[in-house]
Amino acid sequence: MDELDKAIINRLQTGLPICPAPYAQVAVELGISTELLLERLQQQLDSGLLTRFGPMYHAEQMGGALSLAAMQVPEARFAEVTDIVNAFVEVAHNYAREHSLNMWFVLATERPEQVGEVLAAISAQTGLTVFNMPKLNEYYVGLQLEA
Amino acid sequence: MQLDAIDRQIIQATQAGLPLVAEPYLALAESLGLTAAEVMQRLTAMLDGGVIRRIGAVPNHYRLGYKHNGMTVWDVDDAEIDRLGAAVAALSFVSHCYRRPRHLPDWPYNLFAMVHGKTAAEAEAQVAQIAVLLGADCRRHEVLYSSRILKKTGLRLS
Repeated sequence: MDELDKAIINRLQTGLPICPAPYAQVAVELGISTELLLERLQQQLDSGLLTRFGPMYHAEQMGGALSLAAMQVPEARFAEVTDIVNAFVEVAHNYAREHSLNMWFVLATERPEQVGEVLAAISAQTGLTVFNMPKLNEYYVGLQLEA
Repeated sequence: MQLDAIDRQIIQATQAGLPLVAEPYLALAESLGLTAAEVMQRLTAMLDGGVIRRIGAVPNHYRLGYKHNGMTVWDVDDAEIDRLGAAVAALSFVSHCYRRPRHLPDWPYNLFAMVHGKTAAEAEAQVAQIAVLLGADCRRHEVLYSSRILKKTGLRLS
């Protein structure tokens, strides 16, 4: 990652405009060509520096739901349980964490009742207890980190 | 916000990403049999309505150098949590802050705040700053550092 990659990531975390040639507008701001911007973005996606690029949809505003859930997974079964959990399209993020509750995942569902359905299915398929931790109040969400 | 069938087509066509071509909204429109103007109008409406948080880049935190991503969890009085949550959320290094339910006896924590450090010391200093802020209002806390990303795809319509 060089200085240009950092500048592109910092600029594009704040949002791509909606206009006929949005990359050209951002390229002008960054003082580079549209072709170079698109090339770098493709490289950043291919290398995993970016996990995705595009609209970030908000499940709750679409009438669906979000929830955080946690499980205590025996180390010997970690890979198997990861495969089971990740196979659900409703699982948007999944992180291993250093704690007895060692797997934490976020569900994003189209309908609110799907949260319970998916967690019940995960519990049934893994034989493990799933702790549902939906948000009760949101004090802040600011997802951006400076590159 | 109410979404119709065309909005859903646009969501399904873009949930994995936006085309990396000079005119991405036109490319999207052509793939869906719409006009670029309609795609832009609908995306704008979804952005204004909060259905889209933003159209942009989602970096891998680890690859940006933030290798110490801690979910800090705190056990505070339910009667005080909104005041305390707002105070923690106001710290510049906290990226998310939520109230979530306890699961006693396994899980006594009700206030969650995410911190991100490039070094262990930086993350620990952030945790210490939250601990000072909460002071005697916090009965106990833990920090759960992420050791691996197992999945990170964002929302997918099934």
